[in-house]
Amino acid sequence: MTDLSKRPGRSPVPPDWTYAPAPESREIVTLQDRYGLFIGGKWAEPRSGEHFATISPSSEETLAEVAQAGPEDVARAVAAARKAHKSWAKLPGSERAKYLFRIARILQERAREFAVLESLNGGKPIKESRDVDLPLAAAHFFYYAGWADKLEYAFPNRSVRPLGVAGQIIPWNFPLLMLSWKIAPALAAGNTVVLKPAETTPLTALLFCDVVRQAELPPGVINIVTGDGRTGAALVDGEVDKIAFTGSTEVGKAIQRRLAGSGKKVTLELGGKAANIVFDDAALDQAVEGIVNGIYFNQGHVCCAGSRLFVQESVAEAVVDKLKRRMETLRVGDPLDKNTDVGAINSRAQLEKIQELVAAGSDEGAEIYQPPCRLPEQGYWFAPTVFTNVAQSYRIAQEEIFGPVLSVLTFRTPEEAIEKANNTPYGLSAGVWTEKGSRILWMAECLRAGVVWANTFNRFDPASPFGGYKESGFGREGGLHGLAPYLGTE
Amino acid sequence: MTQAPAIFGGFEPSLRPRDSRLRSVSIDQVGVEARSAELAKRSIKKEAKLWALELAIRCCDLTTLEGQDTSGKVAALCSKAIRPDPSDPNVPSVAAVCVYPNLVPAAKARLEGSGVKVAAVATAFPSGQSPLPIKVAEVEATVELGADEIDMVIDRGAFLAGRYAQVYDEIVKVKEACGEAHLKVILEVAELGTYDNVRRASLLAMAAGADFIKTSTGKLPGAATLPVQLVMLEAIRDVFDETGRRVGMKAAGGIRASKNAIQYLVQVHETLGADWLTPDLYRLGASSLVNDILMQLRKEKTGVYQSRDYFTND
Repeated sequence: MTDLSKRPGRSPVPPDWTYAPAPESREIVTLQDRYGLFIGGKWAEPRSGEHFATISPSSEETLAEVAQAGPEDVARAVAAARKAHKSWAKLPGSERAKYLFRIARILQERAREFAVLESLNGGKPIKESRDVDLPLAAAHFFYYAGWADKLEYAFPNRSVRPLGVAGQIIPWNFPLLMLSWKIAPALAAGNTVVLKPAETTPLTALLFCDVVRQAELPPGVINIVTGDGRTGAALVDGEVDKIAFTGSTEVGKAIQRRLAGSGKKVTLELGGKAANIVFDDAALDQAVEGIVNGIYFNQGHVCCAGSRLFVQESVAEAVVDKLKRRMETLRVGDPLDKNTDVGAINSRAQLEKIQELVAAGSDEGAEIYQPPCRLPEQGYWFAPTVFTNVAQSYRIAQEEIFGPVLSVLTFRTPEEAIEKANNTPYGLSAGVWTEKGSRILWMAECLRAGVVWANTFNRFDPASPFGGYKESGFGREGGLHGLAPYLGTE
Repeated sequence: MTQAPAIFGGFEPSLRPRDSRLRSVSIDQVGVEARSAELAKRSIKKEAKLWALELAIRCCDLTTLEGQDTSGKVAALCSKAIRPDPSDPNVPSVAAVCVYPNLVPAAKARLEGSGVKVAAVATAFPSGQSPLPIKVAEVEATVELGADEIDMVIDRGAFLAGRYAQVYDEIVKVKEACGEAHLKVILEVAELGTYDNVRRASLLAMAAGADFIKTSTGKLPGAATLPVQLVMLEAIRDVFDETGRRVGMKAAGGIRASKNAIQYLVQVHETLGADWLTPDLYRLGASSLVNDILMQLRKEKTGVYQSRDYFTND
């Protein structure tokens, strides 16, 4: 054997493994420069004459101009929905189901296009819009399509009738998914809708109008009006039979005041300050994953985010150490990069709110930790943050931050965990981490929260009802429960 | 089944009174599989992919463990180990060649001076169902024959019967018999049944002195899955946190494609960090993986895939 064959090959070893950029292409999305309002199956210019720019929060670049619908525009949309309702409500359920199935399939076919646009306009990582938002949005249409012809079986011994026209106002954290949560049950139950997407994230709703066209829905069954809070107020005051709102508790209260005595039905899905409770017997590494998923998923822009971590004192140090190390591996940056874990904050206003509350946390004496990460210069960004040494009385433990900011508190006994977890004006969701089945069931009974996850967090399914206690709102979305708010039952 | 001791021997001196990461032996199956599926979605491209592929080769234990193995077969494998791609001197050598004890001299002769290590399986591989003195004697003889690394199997029969102390003692004895040779402890995860057991066996092996913990013998299907590796990596991380000791990881069995190899490396990178991305602390046991990596490397460098006929079968 020659020496040459024994010479080992040269091995160039760079010092570190840096993942190369892996951006999803934007090419698949075609945007118009300017969008009107989608009323009666047609695009209409706003009578208000106003438009405003919608941007990408990760780059601050303007993506398109969208219409600001005034009261007159909203009235036109409601009238179109009212007109369409007569024939839509008379359609056999199986016929309505056909349209919903069509929408679901088209959403699946165009999933990549919607996912890219969702990340572009909202700032969320493409892996989330691709793997969570879009599959769930399609699943909701599939699910409620299945109910459309079985309404009398859904509510046995009651006669059911649609309410009429539903006004729906949705938030900016899951734009297309919230649209699906609202539209699918409303249409299945025989209502027509006027939907107002959030001011900062109207684009997937406007692209959805093309799905409506493709699915050949009768004109006026779905109407989309864009605009800011004034448009929402006009819709609440409009000639609608029901208002479904998802958003902040503050606006929810205003809506409820406005609707008191009007005879309009209302469901509200509002804020939250969920407790994620880790017991000392939990599978700690998986609990840490659940904590991360609970608060850094979608930059913490999640009403049911696990923003208060309660951890049993005997494992607190281990859990916090593990959490901090895990946070170091979170990749913050370009939402369209397939390896991004945490994307951009949705808007400047939201960023300022997060900054204010985080400053308050530090002032009050909590200990802040942020992993080293380089944030892009353009756009709105906030590093994943965890506060330790948090007292129950601090603002960061009381108020909804709606950002990637976690407050860690400790407890000694299960009773103390329950007492602290329930000690909040909110009651949307909670998480319990323990290997003990009996404790899970007992905790679920004691926690005043609409959803209690056991050894998981932020899991959604169209068949499972979602909604709150106390100031987190009332009414349920998803499942059989999600149909009831769109039906009159006698 | 006997209860597992709360804390295995071997760690006590450095244990703090509370808050031990090693106390917990529960793994949530849904959670660990979900995390592992998430990590498998990392998109590794361009120079990052090249880097990973070269690392995979450097971490490879090129393996042949068959009854029909001969000196000739082992010699061919050793040549491949030293220069995986004769047409490209930039492709590095693999970490080791893994053979049965009787073939150690053949491998040793061929690999002398190349830097590629000789690893040998011992302790009544693959079942481990032999008396301890025989296992110890086998290890001593194998080291005598020139093996740099010993891959032992744990006695799964004893482990599943809850006789953890016996398993622990066996590893300690084998470690003694190894002398200077590095000890990799094969858990044979496919026979352990649960992730809890994988974690328990990992901690046990590390407490008893394993230099590496290894997933499988390669003789059973469903061996080194991604979630299993994740459970083992997390155990290694906990031992490091608790004692400062760096234990290596070897995934073996069923890893055939470059794409899979990269997924295993991503998991190591994001669980244990860049420190573990070295053949001293991470190995991939495989026989057919190298050719697939070579093919991918050439594709990354030239832009086109070449026929399998351009890569040697050894």
